Amino acid sequence: MASLVGSRVERKEDKRFLTGKGRYTSDINIANQTYAIFIRSPHARAKIKKIDTSKALKSSGVVDILTGEHIAQDKIGGLIAGWAIRSEDGSEMKCPANPPLAKDSVNFVGDPVAVVFAETLDEARAAAELVKIDYKVLKAVSNLGEAMNSEAIHDGIDKNLCYDWLLGDRQKVKEAFEKADKIIKLDINNNRLIPNAMEPRACVIDYNTASEEITCYTTSQNPHLSRLIMSAFGGVAPENKLRVVAPDVGGGFGSKINLYNEEIVCSWASKKIERPIKWVAERTESFLTDTHGRDHITHAELAVTNDGKFLGFKNETIANLGAYARVFGTVTPTYLFGPCATGVYIMPAAYSNVKAVYTNTAPVDAYRGAGRPEATYTIERIVDKAAMELGMDPIEIRMKNFPTEFPFKQTLVHQIDSGDYVAGLNKAKEMADYDGFAARKKESESKGKLRGIGVTSYFEACGIAPSPVVMMLGCGVGLWESAEVRFNPTGQVTVYTGSHSHGQSHQTTFAQIAADELGVPIENIDVVHGDTDKGTFGMGTYGSRSLTVGGIAIVNACKKIVNKGKRIAAKMLEASPDEVDFKNGEFVVAKSNKKKTIGEVAFASYLPGVRDEVKSPLPEGDEPGLIESSFFDPANFSFPAGSHICEVEIDPETGRVKLDKYTAVDDFGTIVNPLIVEGQVHGGLAQGIGQALYENAEYDDSGQLITASYMDYTMPRADDLPDFNLGFTCTKATTNPLGVKGCGEAGTIAATPTVMNAVINALGGKEISLPATAEKVWKACKEMKKSNAKVA
Amino acid sequence: MKTFNYHSAKDVKEASKLASSNSAFLAGGMTTIPSMKLGLASYKDIIDIKRIKKLSGIKVSGKTVTIGATTKHSEVASSKDIKKAIPSLAALAEGIGDPQVRNRGTIGGSIANNDPAADYPSACIALNATIHTNNRSIDAEKFFRGMFETCLKSTEVIEAIEFSIPEKSSYQKLPNPASRYAIIGVYVAKHKTGINVGVTGAKSCVYNDKDLAGALTKNFSSSAIDGVKISSSEMNSDIHASSDYRANMVKAFAKKAVDAC
Ligand SMILES: Cc1cc2nc3c(=O)[nH]c(=O)nc-3n(C[C@H](O)[C@H](O)[C@H](O)COP(=O)(O)OP(=O)(O)OC[C@H]3O[C@@H](n4cnc5c(N)ncnc54)[C@H](O)[C@@H]3O)c2cc1C
Repeated sequence: MASLVGSRVERKEDKRFLTGKGRYTSDINIANQTYAIFIRSPHARAKIKKIDTSKALKSSGVVDILTGEHIAQDKIGGLIAGWAIRSEDGSEMKCPANPPLAKDSVNFVGDPVAVVFAETLDEARAAAELVKIDYKVLKAVSNLGEAMNSEAIHDGIDKNLCYDWLLGDRQKVKEAFEKADKIIKLDINNNRLIPNAMEPRACVIDYNTASEEITCYTTSQNPHLSRLIMSAFGGVAPENKLRVVAPDVGGGFGSKINLYNEEIVCSWASKKIERPIKWVAERTESFLTDTHGRDHITHAELAVTNDGKFLGFKNETIANLGAYARVFGTVTPTYLFGPCATGVYIMPAAYSNVKAVYTNTAPVDAYRGAGRPEATYTIERIVDKAAMELGMDPIEIRMKNFPTEFPFKQTLVHQIDSGDYVAGLNKAKEMADYDGFAARKKESESKGKLRGIGVTSYFEACGIAPSPVVMMLGCGVGLWESAEVRFNPTGQVTVYTGSHSHGQSHQTTFAQIAADELGVPIENIDVVHGDTDKGTFGMGTYGSRSLTVGGIAIVNACKKIVNKGKRIAAKMLEASPDEVDFKNGEFVVAKSNKKKTIGEVAFASYLPGVRDEVKSPLPEGDEPGLIESSFFDPANFSFPAGSHICEVEIDPETGRVKLDKYTAVDDFGTIVNPLIVEGQVHGGLAQGIGQALYENAEYDDSGQLITASYMDYTMPRADDLPDFNLGFTCTKATTNPLGVKGCGEAGTIAATPTVMNAVINALGGKEISLPATAEKVWKACKEMKKSNAKVA
Repeated sequence: MKTFNYHSAKDVKEASKLASSNSAFLAGGMTTIPSMKLGLASYKDIIDIKRIKKLSGIKVSGKTVTIGATTKHSEVASSKDIKKAIPSLAALAEGIGDPQVRNRGTIGGSIANNDPAADYPSACIALNATIHTNNRSIDAEKFFRGMFETCLKSTEVIEAIEFSIPEKSSYQKLPNPASRYAIIGVYVAKHKTGINVGVTGAKSCVYNDKDLAGALTKNFSSSAIDGVKISSSEMNSDIHASSDYRANMVKAFAKKAVDAC
């Protein structure tokens, strides 16, 4: 049987997704359900003076209306930050309470204050309009740059500062900078993004009055984690009385990692009102209340020699947490950001200093790439600026500072096990026809257009796991992953995984690796995920960890199956286990050439006996059945890397940027399914390009989100994108048996700096902020023309 | 969405009779339905006019192109007759929103709504359109009154829009990257009787830029536009484009339009 790992197996998911047969949370309806409408703060910052529900309670169809008072009475806990971060001075981070329904104060537009349950959605909506809330409106803090100098929005949190964190050695950096020929300085923003999953958040709650069990169907990237938080911190129900199911989920990009107010409130309320509850977010609610991404202001400095060697790097960043710290909110701008900020380079000295601040805006949390796009943007922009100021070619300066020996100890944290950055950049250079750029630029100029080329080399630390490491860094849980593999008596295999799939195609990829391990046709393998009642446990899908952590747990469980199978086969074949080889689904004894298929062995394991004789195929000490589970906790993160090159053409009359060519060369280690990996890269690139050219979440001074619809928030569209030219190199990860590294975030990480480097290259080095909208580019073109005229 | 009465009118007379100051005609619904869903508008009566056959269709004569009010953008975009008579008009329709919007949105709905960033109003101005309703015929210059405002009475139904076929013309648009409405749209048309420059997206209402038209009358070339001063004082300003940028883009897109004529 040919190996399936590495082949372009068509997605098992396609049929149901492409024919509209996916089953999402809002497709679930439960007899006698009520409908929830959340009443949200229209103000960015206010005190709640009074809530009057009397009129609304009498409105037709209303079942109940609950507020923060009820939450407090029932001692329901709030939302939490999953990582505890310490400041440079050793003090612990400061986090405000975040009750599921605001009781005393509201801190962003969309903060939920009360909830109406009614027989129909229309009745719930009508009643919601009758709830009277008296607010004392306070001055909002919505500007990130001014947050530390503004009034504290949470009691006891001075300067709105959650922490002032440092990674690295200031003294060493100082010394390195003293030796520099040149110091390159860069001030940049990293624009705020709204994840915009295609499926809005939703939950359907079914409280069983007999068993007292709550079932919460929800749009989550990690149902087990949601159950854990809802039980341990929310106090909604003990874990054994709480089942969380995340069925088909239409995209998350990080925004569905968090457990949200609505899930806690509806789960708790379903028990209280003894009725099922359905809540589905409207698109506006998604814009206002899904966790947002990025939102940094950074000052960076790079110390270089005249011949382009890097000596040291400083990264001073202010990161926006929004109104509250959520699950990955505090770690995204620290450990997921700081270490990666020195990029793929030998950097003798470096530090990252991050001040995370609260503002009256939606909570900011992990968004595809989480911290690593911001880091890569910082280093790759300053490296390009260095090349420009030193008069060097952007590829040459990168090559000059790449490590060539692996494992490579990266400056700030990571020990990178494998990679070949030189090969990747060389391949990208060739595929992008880098040397032909000058001719293409001339041609553009003859049409009155500007052309620029941009290069980025990146690495990312993903496959987020090693529990002892992440817990040492402040994570509140271990980040292993689990799997259970059940070989059914009649030959099919059910694989239970803790990794959730919401676009990642696990049903296919995971079946491929199980098929290879067990020698069973892929059609006979089903992958089950997303239900805390099915399978063992899971920490969820984010940080490109599904395959590198969850996938390996499956591999290991399969290996246990094969080992037990070997013992059984040995007894059946009258040989010793070490004489049995397993290949292509068969247990073979070489010396006698006798064999048993894995199906026969499985069958025997469940039916361990024969007629008229007391005889078992099971070796002494082995139990019947062929079910194994595994928890995998890798020894390290994994480190995908690559180089991307793109070209843009700019119309200086209008400032419009056309992305003309895009080449991506990535090293993801072993590729299980190239078809799926290419899809992941395409999607990632679209989002990274979106950040560079289109997407931008904007709040006004009063804290109103002014980009709260698709009329104003620009999503990248298919016709904005060129054909992607993809290539791969491969150095295998050494920390897992498949050699896989993860591919989910790479496109998002590399594309933003690649595109911006190209735009700024076209503008002759003139800096502009993210995103490069037509007006900003037009202004830069005008200034460029003026300064060119002066020179001439 | 608030509850409302739905009527399907069998002819224009019935539609007009059902209408009041608290009603809307339902053509493509691409404006009415989203505004109702978002709670920005509510009506007592929704009067569906899509089943009135007479309101839809395209007729080309020697001098004019007449488009029925409920003709969809996609029908205009793909009409061979329009592509031949006024190619810029078909191109304009092709550039509206996205395929879903073009497959439902109608020309009558677009001009009745008179969104300051809509495309068709600029065509009406540039192509000396006459708007035919159930009780009168109105010149485009008089039809568009201000932001989302026309001279239509609430019971008045647009039946058709009649465009003059120009000698040459072009519509050039800087789309809003998010919605793809016009940040700026400039429609230049050269008729035997004179030149019109319909500008949309720039101000609170579409207008005929007499300065640009004047300069082009003297010299129909993009260089003639260089000397025209365009003030930004009445220009719209939003997160996508400042008034200064808009003023400059009126010029830039007028030049593109002249070059493309
Ligand atoms: C996502 C999106 C993108 C869009 N992008 C663009 C764009 O790029 N450019 C652009 O120009 N437009 C754009 N539009 C608007 C669209 O093109 C429609 O033309 C517009 O929404 C109105 O047409 P309708 O047929 O949908 O009218 P409806 O929504 O049905 O009606 C709108 C109004 O017109 C009135 N009305 C309709 N027909 C008549 C009639 N025959 N007589 C009198 N009154 C009438 C109704 O009473 C109502 O008040 C966009 C819309 C959407 C939703």
